[in-house]
Amino acid sequence: MDFRVTEDQEALREGLRTFCDGRVPIETLRELEQKPELDRALWGELAEMGVFALRLPEDEGGVGLGMSDAAIAFIELGRRLVPGPLVWSQLAAGLVDGAATGQTVVGGLDLISHPDAPYVIEYFESLDVVLLLQPDGIYRVDPDVLSAKPVATPLDPLTPVHHVASLLDGQRIGGADDAAKLHLEGATLTAALMLGIAESTQELATEYAKSREQFGRAIAGFQTIKHILADMFVRQEVARAAVYAAGATLDDPEVGDVVRAVSAAKATAGEGAMRNSRDCIQVHGGMGYTWEVPAHYYLKRTWVLENVFGTVGYHEERIADLLASD
Amino acid sequence: MDLRYSDADEKFRKELRAWLEDTVPGHGTPPPYSDWDARRTYDTGWQRKLFDAGYAGINWPKEYGGRDASLTEQLVYYEEIARAKAPYIGVNFVGMLHGGPTVITEGTDAQKSAHIPRILKGEEVWCQGFSEPVAGSDLAALQCRADLDGDHYVVTGHKIWTSFAQCADFCELLVRTDPNVAKHGGISWLIMPMDLDGIDIRPLPTLMGEGEFSEVFLESVRIPVANRVGAENDGWRVTNVTLRFERGTAFASEMYHLQEILAGMVDLAKRLTRDDANAWEDRTLRREVGHLAAQLDALWAMVKLSVSETAKTGMPGVGGSAIKLFYSGVYQQIGELGMRLLGRAALSREDLDDLPCQQSIGRAMQSLSLTIAAGTSQIQRNIIGERILGLPKDQKPAAAAAPKPQATGAR
Repeated sequence: MDFRVTEDQEALREGLRTFCDGRVPIETLRELEQKPELDRALWGELAEMGVFALRLPEDEGGVGLGMSDAAIAFIELGRRLVPGPLVWSQLAAGLVDGAATGQTVVGGLDLISHPDAPYVIEYFESLDVVLLLQPDGIYRVDPDVLSAKPVATPLDPLTPVHHVASLLDGQRIGGADDAAKLHLEGATLTAALMLGIAESTQELATEYAKSREQFGRAIAGFQTIKHILADMFVRQEVARAAVYAAGATLDDPEVGDVVRAVSAAKATAGEGAMRNSRDCIQVHGGMGYTWEVPAHYYLKRTWVLENVFGTVGYHEERIADLLASD
Repeated sequence: MDLRYSDADEKFRKELRAWLEDTVPGHGTPPPYSDWDARRTYDTGWQRKLFDAGYAGINWPKEYGGRDASLTEQLVYYEEIARAKAPYIGVNFVGMLHGGPTVITEGTDAQKSAHIPRILKGEEVWCQGFSEPVAGSDLAALQCRADLDGDHYVVTGHKIWTSFAQCADFCELLVRTDPNVAKHGGISWLIMPMDLDGIDIRPLPTLMGEGEFSEVFLESVRIPVANRVGAENDGWRVTNVTLRFERGTAFASEMYHLQEILAGMVDLAKRLTRDDANAWEDRTLRREVGHLAAQLDALWAMVKLSVSETAKTGMPGVGGSAIKLFYSGVYQQIGELGMRLLGRAALSREDLDDLPCQQSIGRAMQSLSLTIAAGTSQIQRNIIGERILGLPKDQKPAAAAAPKPQATGAR
């Protein structure tokens, strides 16, 4: 057992971090605000980086890596709030032609853990294919046949959404087991994005607290602030351990209970992202409550990610059910 | 990012599990908390069995009789000890986890041969004389005074929170050998035999009324200079060697054991009735249990990550502060959940209607010490903030002054 991030994974992380630093700085995100269409050029570059083909076998044109590698990549995308239906498109690689190369943009609805109306689909305007994840299988739907209305004011200014009045069955492209597997993978990738948010909000708040002076000194020196930041760090590390464990368990199911590991990851990363985003706003004081400081983007994205592939409560209950059946 | 134990680890697990299955049942049930003689016999007896089977000092170097197991084998060890409900390290705690490792790292050959084999075999019990009423979180403010008189130190002072004092043979003692320098600079680390004249042990009951620890009053106790570990006035550095052991994997078995405690609470909830329904049907309760289980899984994964890192870098790093802070908080939440499950039965410390009142209340109350002992949660947050996140220190010059020497330790 060597649970550390491998050298190859470090290289993957560095590559994506450098890419995101150059390609999706916060100024770029501001320009994308409220734009309904996806930046297809960025999407193509993400595909070239292997973000979607990462887990596809090499003989199918993929990179042939596992879930733990994908988690490393998605932590980085989450850190920078990279927009787009990242999780669905990666899940679709191998299921939908063109998803792996970024030519086909795939979105979806997880009806396994969020079965109830209203149905809201992210990035609908840009989707070539919609996947519906039902308990009994995976369904492929042409977005043109869905009657969807754009929502004028989405919660996350970087996540445009449509409201879909009613759903259609579509073409069944996978059974119940496939749907369950996709749900586990989707929850893990989403947890990784949320871990990225937990990390970057901690770093943003720490950096601000070191530079912001009140009462003649940096506020980071006050224990009230220091302890908020320390708790943010702990939440991030707790989530990291759980997300890594989910990835490693999906890659090697003999080392643990896959469902439990994934639920622990989504629950702890969900809590880490939510509480850290809130604390990040608090540490920024009045500026945290403005549109000027990017802290609000993180909290809003967290609400988007909390409501896909199972809320914290959904996964907590799932773990409890597993415990009770032991 | 590999969580799979090696074949060698699994072989080690198999042998250990078989040995524990053979040995644990025969060791009997732990004696009452208040019976120190019986506790010593029980705990050191178990230590001896570990020694005879080659499982004592799992993390100690081979040349000192330890097993020098790899870090992953140590994890397996802690998992199996918890799984088998084997006796807790008990009165051997200070010797095995603090005093012994410190003597191994910093002691003279004579000190090593005098103590190390005896600690390992359960023949020698140690206690810790670090904290004082005036020196808690600010440990370096300690005042217990040691004056040189020929080849002895004459020690006078007042120690507190000394676990196992009633049954210990030796005490790892921090004293002030130079009151005229900055506080961290004038401290020395001594091995004090507990049978010397001038030692007065007064039990200090915990909030459960148990004699877990004592106050120890020292009045002109003569300790040989030869019992000093490390150089005179270098005790703070020596102490930090010890404290770093405390923040490593010392609590790994207890962490793992929490999984079983939580599973036990699920079983309890399933046979409880609340509001005319089975308590387990309460979604809020199920979510709380799921929340705690997720946190325990994450905690154990954190330990694995930390152990994997330590295996490559040597000693445990400051990341242990995050684990300790998180672990103690989760333990307290589990303790509180146990109290709420009891409902009105929690008014009784004796078991009522097959409800585990004694155990649940004991656990909930004992858990309160975890965020205080071995560095309070507030100190852990300072460590994380200052050493990991690089935040400015709260206070500097005023705190560095040496404390005034104390005239006498007696009240």
